[in-house]
Amino acid sequence: MNTGDNAFILICSALVFFMTPALAFFYGGMVRRKNVLNTIMACVGVMGLSVVMWVMCGYSFAFGPDHLGLIGGLKYFFLNGIDFNSTSPYAPTLSATTFVIFQMMFAMITPALITGSVVGRMRFPALMLFIALWSLIVYYPLAHMVWGAGGMIAKWGAVDFAGGNVVHISSGVSGLILAAFLGKRRGVEHVSYRVHNIPFVFLGAGILWFGWFGFNAGSALAANGLAAHAFLTTTLSAAAALLSWMAIDVLKEGKPTLVGASTGLVVGLVAITPGAGFVPLWAAFIIGILVSPICYGCMHIIKTRLKIDDALDAFGCHGIGGIWGGIATGLFAKSSINSVAKWDGLVFGDTHLFVAQLEAIATTIAIAAVGTLICVGITRLVTTMRASAQDEAFGMDNSQHGEDAYPAFNGFDSVI
Amino acid sequence: MMYKIEAIVREEKFEELKAALNKIDVNGITIWQVLGFGSQRGYRRVVRGQEIDVLIHSKLKFEIVVSSEEWRDKTIDTILEVAKTDQVGDGKIFVSEIVDAIRIRTGERGYDALQPDTGK
Repeated sequence: MNTGDNAFILICSALVFFMTPALAFFYGGMVRRKNVLNTIMACVGVMGLSVVMWVMCGYSFAFGPDHLGLIGGLKYFFLNGIDFNSTSPYAPTLSATTFVIFQMMFAMITPALITGSVVGRMRFPALMLFIALWSLIVYYPLAHMVWGAGGMIAKWGAVDFAGGNVVHISSGVSGLILAAFLGKRRGVEHVSYRVHNIPFVFLGAGILWFGWFGFNAGSALAANGLAAHAFLTTTLSAAAALLSWMAIDVLKEGKPTLVGASTGLVVGLVAITPGAGFVPLWAAFIIGILVSPICYGCMHIIKTRLKIDDALDAFGCHGIGGIWGGIATGLFAKSSINSVAKWDGLVFGDTHLFVAQLEAIATTIAIAAVGTLICVGITRLVTTMRASAQDEAFGMDNSQHGEDAYPAFNGFDSVI
Repeated sequence: MMYKIEAIVREEKFEELKAALNKIDVNGITIWQVLGFGSQRGYRRVVRGQEIDVLIHSKLKFEIVVSSEEWRDKTIDTILEVAKTDQVGDGKIFVSEIVDAIRIRTGERGYDALQPDTGK
């Protein structure tokens, strides 16, 4: 065990943990005042659920002994057999417990991302049930396939540094499908966004950026040069995406917006996630600068053509950003930067990694889609997913939690 | 004859109009934060590339009750002078006759109720 590595990853775990409350504010500011507590509460509920489930069976299913390349087992039920004094098979310099903790935070933020698709209309008990099922049916198997020993996707040679597939594509796709089943929010045909507190949006985005250093640099699983490289690619991509979203705002509407800049930096972080520890620095700049126009265009198509009310763009940001990041990793990765990548990317003239990345992305989408359909089916059997029209109109804060956030700024908040 | 002047104006005119009305010595202003739309029917906003039509938007309403035609015209002139920008959305002034006014503390009615309070 290396105490330096161990200390670094424990701190990174705390940083990744901070991303879920950050997401609560990022999402909370983007909804109407009457739904802000329910939106935050969705993330808070996930914080409780994900930790308990991870300790109970999640770690074991994701990182336990392999079954068919698809899932682990129950060997480490309630972390039985994880000795904090011994090292982790996944990270030989870390305490086994440190690795469990670091991965726990990823199992927390991922289902929290989904909640952005369903704000303002999903019954809270149904959401909690869905999240529990989704963790079991989608997240743990997928984490195993990508990161677990013997996992199917890892065997293909596809790489995913910090969780483009496992975290972002899976949550984005699942959010989109869940939103389609739930139906649209009332009145969304008039107004698609009801941003009530833009400072909250940036508060969340800023802390997400901070937490992402733990997410990406920590995914080196050691306090080494690769961690520093991932730290730098991460922040460069976020900065480039922030600027390119501002540029789109200025070109389209004449003014840069804070919601736009905040969205841009988040999609920049999403896009660099799979490649942070594989691509050269110049590629991080390209990945970041291009992700904003890609997401901007796709969000528009989802909202106007697909007509799915992916309310806060969980798919538009994380699904699309993650897919672009996975493809970009196949384009720009260099095995000289990180030998986990067996081949160089397409721009260096090798097609193997690129094809493996496309396969991994397609597989992730398929697993997330099928898994979500199963989760929706079970949730519907047990309970009603959609809040009643009256509860929705009254506001989810009051109807689901019996709480009020704060008074309206001017007595009437169907206006932004 | 007493008159009530209701002026719906741009929010950003608050400080300037308050000061101007105070300068001509009107004896009372009531200010409301109001929401609504006029003939321009709201405005357009863009969030993440999606257009949002904001029909109902925020304005201020100044209410002033005056005790003569002279004061009515003086007040209206002041409001026009300050609140006019020549752009759509400057707002409207509505004038109505007031039947009675009562100062609650003293029970004074009509013209007297609107005169400067000498603190008797």
